[in-house]
Amino acid sequence: MNTVIFRTVAPFLTALMTLFSIFVLLRGHNEPGGGFIGGLIAVSAFAIYGIAYGVAGVRRALHVHPMSIAASGLLLAVASVLPSLFLGQPTMTSQWLEFSLFGTHIALSTPMFFDIGVYLVVVGAITSIALSLEERESD
Amino acid sequence: MSLEKTSVDIAAAMITDPTAAKDWLLVTPTLLTMLGGAIALITRKNVRLQPWIGITALALVFCANIALLNHVLNDGVVTMVMGSWLPPFGIAFTADPMGAMFATFASLVALCTGIYAAGSIRPEERRYGFYPFLLMLLCGVSGAFLTGDIFNLYVWFEVLLISSFGLLVLGNKKRQIDGAVKYSLLNLLGTTLFLLATALLYGLVGTLNMADIAMKAAHLENQGPLMGVALLFFLAFAMKAAAFPVNFWLPASYHTPRIVVSAVFAGLLTKVGVYALLRVLLLLLPAGHNWMNTLITLVAILTMLTGVMGALAQTDVRRTIGYLVITGIGSMLAGLAVASEWAVTGAIMYAVHSMIAMTGMFFVFGYIGKLQGTFSLREMGGMYRRSPILAAVSLVLLFAAAGLPPFSGFWPKVLLVEGALDKGMGWLAGVVLLTSILSIICVGRLWIYVFLRGGSQSIADGTMVALPQEKQKLPATVWLSVFPIVLMVVYIGLQPDAVMSFAHKGALTLLDPSAYVESVFGVAP
Amino acid sequence: METIFSLLVGAFFAASIYLMLSRKLVRVLMGVAILGNAVNLLIFTSGRLLREIPPIIPLGEYLPLETTANPLPQALVLTAIVISFSFFAFFLVLGYRAYQELGTDDMLEMRVAEPENEVEPPLGY
Repeated sequence: MNTVIFRTVAPFLTALMTLFSIFVLLRGHNEPGGGFIGGLIAVSAFAIYGIAYGVAGVRRALHVHPMSIAASGLLLAVASVLPSLFLGQPTMTSQWLEFSLFGTHIALSTPMFFDIGVYLVVVGAITSIALSLEERESD
Repeated sequence: MSLEKTSVDIAAAMITDPTAAKDWLLVTPTLLTMLGGAIALITRKNVRLQPWIGITALALVFCANIALLNHVLNDGVVTMVMGSWLPPFGIAFTADPMGAMFATFASLVALCTGIYAAGSIRPEERRYGFYPFLLMLLCGVSGAFLTGDIFNLYVWFEVLLISSFGLLVLGNKKRQIDGAVKYSLLNLLGTTLFLLATALLYGLVGTLNMADIAMKAAHLENQGPLMGVALLFFLAFAMKAAAFPVNFWLPASYHTPRIVVSAVFAGLLTKVGVYALLRVLLLLLPAGHNWMNTLITLVAILTMLTGVMGALAQTDVRRTIGYLVITGIGSMLAGLAVASEWAVTGAIMYAVHSMIAMTGMFFVFGYIGKLQGTFSLREMGGMYRRSPILAAVSLVLLFAAAGLPPFSGFWPKVLLVEGALDKGMGWLAGVVLLTSILSIICVGRLWIYVFLRGGSQSIADGTMVALPQEKQKLPATVWLSVFPIVLMVVYIGLQPDAVMSFAHKGALTLLDPSAYVESVFGVAP
Repeated sequence: METIFSLLVGAFFAASIYLMLSRKLVRVLMGVAILGNAVNLLIFTSGRLLREIPPIIPLGEYLPLETTANPLPQALVLTAIVISFSFFAFFLVLGYRAYQELGTDDMLEMRVAEPENEVEPPLGY
């Protein structure tokens, strides 16, 4: 699999797929998509990068350990559950923050942050499994 | 889109009344464990910090559970529905006295495990993530005890299952991988059967909310399919609880992992299965329970007997304790089989007793095994001279496990025997007593061989070895983890009123679901 | 429609149970994977089947305009797929490790945790 063509294409492919994964994550609130499927797309991107450049290359490119990504996602997801505590509402009640920025209507909500948390958990957890499987392949 | 702009009536779909902050106590155990687990996972390279983060989080969860227990005691069954959706559409968290009490004792056990692990888990195993896994395990267990939605219960089962896999292979020895293969395959099979039963139940009643199921299942015209579903639930949860014909994964795996892991498994995992059995067969499908009564009785008797006979036949102390766990499961099932008010109280109390006593036994014998370098009953010995205090402590725990007064195992057995006699099931009472007698033989032999028989000891191949004689000072982590448990065992033995009245409330809520349903829907059924 | 699906679910269960009764670990894992799918299909079927009307509320509306497919089983199946997927990944790693460490994939030869001829415990006091 380590051909020149593949090694040249892999970084672009990875970048495009990661971008697409974020697109899928963000459109997930009202249309098909969401954190889980977006996360899986991102993991496939890293897996492709791993096939081309090896597991060590992926770990270098990610900077942080995949499990730390998963943990920060969990942290974000739990944090997004909490705001309704201060408003006297049950857990996970969605809260919205709407404002205009440079003439664009922006609606931020706790479900979105929860979904980002899910995305990070999936990216972290499945990447670490995929990397450990790829590592075993090579030895 | 924000809700204010809608033209439909929000109150028809969502809760608009303000929620009291103390109702948040319902989700605090799960949220806190998740937070703690995430923080511990991020900082897992910092090996010295790990126990502090883990123990702090566990202590906070324990305090939250105490507060929740107090809340339930004062205000009755408490419900909170996720995302403000009206039940049965939102996922409900419902704490009844049984669930709250189980969650409290589970967090006590996990806290003691966290303390014990601080002294026994090696740095590289901390880096591998012992504390995050322990916290996630407790997250799954507390979620299972507090949820009021049957599919959500399945999700919490999976959370605790995947964390238990992580804990089981911690250390990565051959033995552990062997045990993990059997444990994980059979447990996954059990949870899949649970999912299967849930799917069929959903097809029948069209709801997943437990209170809603309890109402709808009772009024279903054709009860036949419900019986099949109840049977499937029984099989699935009996597998999780290690009841007789499906118990073989437990003795095959519980002695393989690190001793702290065995301890927390023995304390928590099988009890989750028992909890689910009580919840589903008594609260949700009482008709199914009546129909299967003979079967449950038979399973209870065989579980008690195989457990205690297995315990008598084991050389490895850890496997002996594993079989004692199974015996306890049999006793709890006996309470389920009788299903009278006081018998269920006995089963709930027995589960609480079994949580703390079994964990304590693994702590004590794990420490002894580490000192002596072996877990074989033929090679251990002379511990009385090395640590009289340890001898006293383990005698308390062993007597409690055998059901002798004045320790925690005594009262539940009294209730079970009484309940069985009241219902005219004298032979079931007889088997409970017979099991106790056999357990006394088993624990008596265990204690005599490990503590009293001292000096040189002949091992399997006939050679004699001299056992060390010097006094052993207990490390602080062992003190701090074993003594709360022993104190609790003695306290329940001497002052059973508090726990018993609480378990009784739990039993009443199970047998008459109206309080449970009222808490979820706001009106009596 | 439900009848056909029930038969299909039955076929899935039969295949998975046949595979899980095998002594070879790999086949057991295959059986577990098929079992997960069988249950997913069952959840899907028990939510009643309806053709081609996705449960999506159009923009500007707050209720679906016609009777749609039941969305709840889909959510449940999605959850169950996620779980069985991650478990299968774990099992692959575990099975591979077991084969490496124990040198066998035969369930009957996995006797490290429970050796065949263990010494008896002391039989008297």
